[in-house]
Amino acid sequence: MFTDVFVTPFADYEFMRRALVGSLALALSGAPLGVFLILRRMSLAGDALSHAILPGAAVGYLVAGLSLPAMTFGGLFAGLVVALAAGAASRFTTLREDASLAAFYLVSLALGVTLVSLRGSNVDLLHVLFGSVVGLDDAALLLLVGVSTLTLILLAVFYRALVLDTLDPLFLRQTSAFGEFTPFLFLALVVLNLVAGFHALGTLMAVGVMMLPAAAARLWTRDLAVALPLAAGIGALCCYGGLVFSNETSAPTGPAIILAAGVVYFFSMIFGRAGGVLRLKRPRRHLEG
Amino acid sequence: MSAAANAPAIRLVNLTLGYDRRPAVHHLEGEIAPGEGLAVCGPNGAGKSTLLKALAGLLAPLGGEIRFGGLSPRAVAYLPQVVDIDRAFPINVRDFVAMGALARVGLFGALNAAEQIRVGAAIETVGLVGFESRTLETLSGGQMQRALFARLIVQDQPVILLDEPFGAIDAATIDDLLALIARWRTEGRTVVAVLHELDIVRRAFPRTLLLARECIFWGDTRDALCEKNLVRARAMSEAFDERARECLRDEFDAEDKLHVH
Repeated sequence: MFTDVFVTPFADYEFMRRALVGSLALALSGAPLGVFLILRRMSLAGDALSHAILPGAAVGYLVAGLSLPAMTFGGLFAGLVVALAAGAASRFTTLREDASLAAFYLVSLALGVTLVSLRGSNVDLLHVLFGSVVGLDDAALLLLVGVSTLTLILLAVFYRALVLDTLDPLFLRQTSAFGEFTPFLFLALVVLNLVAGFHALGTLMAVGVMMLPAAAARLWTRDLAVALPLAAGIGALCCYGGLVFSNETSAPTGPAIILAAGVVYFFSMIFGRAGGVLRLKRPRRHLEG
Repeated sequence: MSAAANAPAIRLVNLTLGYDRRPAVHHLEGEIAPGEGLAVCGPNGAGKSTLLKALAGLLAPLGGEIRFGGLSPRAVAYLPQVVDIDRAFPINVRDFVAMGALARVGLFGALNAAEQIRVGAAIETVGLVGFESRTLETLSGGQMQRALFARLIVQDQPVILLDEPFGAIDAATIDDLLALIARWRTEGRTVVAVLHELDIVRRAFPRTLLLARECIFWGDTRDALCEKNLVRARAMSEAFDERARECLRDEFDAEDKLHVH
């Protein structure tokens, strides 16, 4: 019974194994990025960028059909343009970054939906919006794993710059010439992961494996060095759980994975030792000094 | 080991600073000597913080220039007035103070034994021993200010800029931090501080720049803080003139010189 549910689907079906590898790669690099997004108070920026990717992917689709490289480059291009333009707009106009990001992604999303519906059918739109983790071919898998590896390496190399830029950006700018560059590197990594994610989970769901495990991890620990791997671990667990659930109930895989992450998040909200609700319920006696 | 010996003279040449073409500091001229202790005083909106921001290399002048005597503008340790630090960020006091080593260690280098000793010594100097593993959000306002000063110590720069370092700080902490500033001066470092507490200025800073967008007085503290100067500084109009025209003072000055020659 246990193995029937938890092991057999992956042993028997290749597409399940591919889905597992792809979504694991996505979670391992996306969730640590999510931790930084939360610390930088940019939780919604990931959401905005995921919408911004749509028109690029749509143009790729219009030009080349359901082609992986075309849609990837299109999405990457659109995401980077919006991230850079929003960053530049917040520096050189009076609008703050959240306002410019909202403006850019809304226009971008409208453009994307218009482009897709001009030629494609609704089925194609659904594919772009919600992805298909069980339809990953070799190229898509390599893309996911490559992006994940690159992200983890860059996170490790630029860890200090990212932490300093999040904690005290003025200090970093005044002390190091690299300060100005750090926010752009970070946004580029977020865009890269979202683009890789939309093949598996779709543009709208890709943010989920980024933010939900990260938010859950922050409820369990105050230590950043623990939160980053913990978020990745939670993300990986949710991908596995979501795939099992989807296989049992034949629910769509993308939403199933995100729902699994949602369950972990709500559980952490109640029981999390570093920020959960129950922490307030039973205050322990105060200390002597 | 200390970088203090080579503090440069900082020259302000016809310096105009501001935002959106509006001058906050207007045609300032003067020199900060190596190892000088300079207080910058003046009413709110006088351009004091703007001047420090420019000295820290974070604001490009609208006109004129700042000459650092060959030293990089990054050879400056700067404590801003409103520190844009997210206190909820999960980092402890030791790691926070160690940030000061960034200019030497870089973004990728390891914190070697010498740097770790320096960090420990700085924490001891500001009286935060025992707080090393506490996170920033558990510190009081005064303790946070001590941690920021510890970071300045670790930065070990020849020029130190402090923007209102004693707001909401108790007398004992102020005394400790003033002693630290005095030590920096004996080490030959230049200290420029924006201050509102005139008694502290008289106690600890031999030189004063009294600023009210324009320079009211720049010289010995005793002369600068006389009643006549303070009244003049207070008379500054804080609001912008909505219909201000372009400032042509530089051109007029040039013409004057032509006439003289």
